Amino acid sequence: MNSAAETKHVPVPNTTIKPKSRDSKSIYSIQNFSLWYGSDQALYDVQFDIPANNVTAIIGPSGCGKSTFIKALNRMVELVPSVKMLGSINYNGKDIFSPKYKVEELRTNVGMVFQNPNPFPKSIYENVAYGPKIHGIKKKKVLDEIVEKSLKGAALWDEVKDRLQENAFGLSGGQQQRLCIARCLAIEPDVILMDEPTSALDPISTAKIEELVQKLKEDYSIVIVTHNMQQAARISDKTAFFLNGEVIEYSNTDELFSNPEDKRTEDYITGRFG
Amino acid sequence: MSLVDKQVIQNKMSKRSVKNQIMNKLFFSATAFGIVVLIVLLYRVFSEGIGHLDWGFLTNFASRFPEEAGIKAAIVGSLWLMAVTAPVSLLLGVGTAIYLEEYASRNKFTRFIQINISNLAGVPSIVFGLLGLTVFVRLMEMGRSIMAGGLTMSLLILPIIVVSSQEAIRAIPKNQYEASFAMGATKWQTIRRVVLPAAIPGILTGGILALSRAIGETAPLLMIGALSFIAYLPENVWSGFTVLPIQIFNWTGRPQEEFHLVASTGIIILLVILLFMNSIAVIIRNKFSKRF
Amino acid sequence: MAVNVKDMMKKNKSNRFLLRFSEKAAPTIFLLCAIISVLTTIGITLTLLVETITFFNRVSFIDFITGTKWWPFGENPSFGILPLISGTLLITVIAMAVAIPIGLASAIYLSEFASPNIRKIVKPILEVLAGIPTIVYGFFALTFVTPMLQNVIPSLPIFNALSPGIVVGVMIIPMIASLSEDAMSSVPNEMRDGALAMGSTRLEVALKVVVPAALSGIIASFVLGISRAIGETMIVAVAAGATPKLSLDVTESIQTMTGYIVQVSLGDASYGSTTYYSIYAVGMTLFVFTLLMNLLSQYISRRFKEEY
Repeated sequence: MNSAAETKHVPVPNTTIKPKSRDSKSIYSIQNFSLWYGSDQALYDVQFDIPANNVTAIIGPSGCGKSTFIKALNRMVELVPSVKMLGSINYNGKDIFSPKYKVEELRTNVGMVFQNPNPFPKSIYENVAYGPKIHGIKKKKVLDEIVEKSLKGAALWDEVKDRLQENAFGLSGGQQQRLCIARCLAIEPDVILMDEPTSALDPISTAKIEELVQKLKEDYSIVIVTHNMQQAARISDKTAFFLNGEVIEYSNTDELFSNPEDKRTEDYITGRFG
Repeated sequence: MSLVDKQVIQNKMSKRSVKNQIMNKLFFSATAFGIVVLIVLLYRVFSEGIGHLDWGFLTNFASRFPEEAGIKAAIVGSLWLMAVTAPVSLLLGVGTAIYLEEYASRNKFTRFIQINISNLAGVPSIVFGLLGLTVFVRLMEMGRSIMAGGLTMSLLILPIIVVSSQEAIRAIPKNQYEASFAMGATKWQTIRRVVLPAAIPGILTGGILALSRAIGETAPLLMIGALSFIAYLPENVWSGFTVLPIQIFNWTGRPQEEFHLVASTGIIILLVILLFMNSIAVIIRNKFSKRF
Repeated sequence: MAVNVKDMMKKNKSNRFLLRFSEKAAPTIFLLCAIISVLTTIGITLTLLVETITFFNRVSFIDFITGTKWWPFGENPSFGILPLISGTLLITVIAMAVAIPIGLASAIYLSEFASPNIRKIVKPILEVLAGIPTIVYGFFALTFVTPMLQNVIPSLPIFNALSPGIVVGVMIIPMIASLSEDAMSSVPNEMRDGALAMGSTRLEVALKVVVPAALSGIIASFVLGISRAIGETMIVAVAAGATPKLSLDVTESIQTMTGYIVQVSLGDASYGSTTYYSIYAVGMTLFVFTLLMNLLSQYISRRFKEEY
């Protein structure tokens, strides 16, 4: 990938903002990360660590780069042809933009759920079995087991267990989104990235997803982008506030919302802009 | 004084409205003209040809006597031709579409291929016949065989299949790619397991319409020398052959009125086959449209 | 039994040689497919060029493009292509005289006057009309249109330019109608609304706003229609006759370039004879004519593309 080649490794000053947290183990370490679309800079020197087995929320007004940032974490951002990057993102201690790092391997370990539910026009079963199949698991019995486990993990099993062979497009929006989560769980990732997963859903479906996120964080590290501050406050342990491509503030969620350090953070969470 | 005289406008209004009405009728008649021609054409063909349509017509070979003439060799020949043209043109066409939509970078070479394809679509079919005659029949020494005819037809309909397959692939939303890539799928896995399955209905619809064009096409096969008097069935792709439109052409060219009736019967068969293929295409299109 | 998906996927990784191979091979294979279409163009050009050069080694190029007599058979053959070109143009002019007004009027009706329901019925019918094989049109010209015209013009011979010309026009109507309608429907509704709000009739909107705005697309469809008429083969082969004539009389039997190629391929012009090579020279002329028309059409629709 050309973008990987363009990623230079600059010496990193020891100024990474550490979350004030009980967790010492971090799964992602982002250092001096900047990103351009063509000549437009979308991210400026992003720098922080994402802890394991936590829910980390990324908040900020639209166009602040939060979606770009989360897509950089599994290199989906590279699907945009003109993208250029500088700095590094380490996942479990390895630079994901290093030429040696296989993007498929990264994405196998880091699952993603998108803003709009995007199931394949296949059966519910095939949707969940897609990941295991592309990774070479073919045995019907094993696949059956994975499908059931993943659908249970996404709290969807009881609703669909009698119609696994029906087309996924027949499900409601909220169910589709949980199906996408199940599809993601099927390859047992370590991290799940969620890009505004509830913005296209009704309140009841949203509540179900939020509940699910709480349950999932026992086994997975979750990064969730949301423009809904209440949501971030409800479900996350850490919150990063992005503005115009910069991280303004990053700390434990309750601290950030109750006692923001930066004036701009305060303005945003009190609804003065955005 | 007002610059606009309401009275004058009022007077002109009715005239303009009448003119509008008249032209509306005229435009409608023009549209109806095409429909009327189609009805007359179908009525003529069916009223003249239906009398000759019986089991014998389908199972007899061509004959010097109109009452004994049948279309068996032509039907079988058309099927053989499709057996060559369908796989070759679909594989090449879909392959080209995948290359252009998924792999090609936006450079001059890609643009050149795209322009080349749209120009090929405008080349008269008889010129493809000259190509087939020179390259397949003579240069590659395939002779006047089903293979030579089938390959010529494949090249003729290739641009149609490429363009319709490109449209089918382009209609797949980007989020389907994202979903697959985010699972760690490679590009080829994504194309094979997500893009192609989703594009298949569109590809098939376009493919069937292109093949129905090939079934009705006469000129290129005349060029490569498909025969009209064949009293045997092809044994393999290297056999000589005839096809429905060539058989119809042959009968049309006879001076005897009786053979014109036989030609009508042949046209009925051809049109029924085309209708059948088009219905399948429409069914596929309606069944799978609006999925995303 | 618990399944460890991670371990299974890891294990599979080692024996995924096939996947890695197809990942590398896929773009190359598809590129080869795409190159076939380029090879086809090269093949057509080379075929025509090589055989045409052989032809011009035997017949002077000047005689070919200026000669007024086309008589390729017998003892004293003469290869002046003008009669074939005049025959082709005669057919084209008649066809366009039918196809342009009717096609354009249909397009205006469908785009500006017809209700959605009528459109839903008429458009598929036009598609059917476009899908009728040309040999069927040829049969129709010979056995229906010609006898009908003979009722009006009793002296009309069986083979003539008028009948196939009209039928070629009918064949092209759906193409012009649908391409022009596409151009007109892409004119934004704001432009129509603006004119309608000032009290224009539908007709005035169509003729003074929509048609001018969509003109480049409409003209491009005409040019494409001309190209189709020039290249049309079976209708003229069946109904126009086989007597190359430098004449503008539509009631006479004529021959077009395509008609001549068919005539030779039906007969037994021996391989290697000048007559045999002549079909390539005629094919080349035909190819150049249609290519120019196609390029012109693309140029018009690109160069004068309206930006709304």
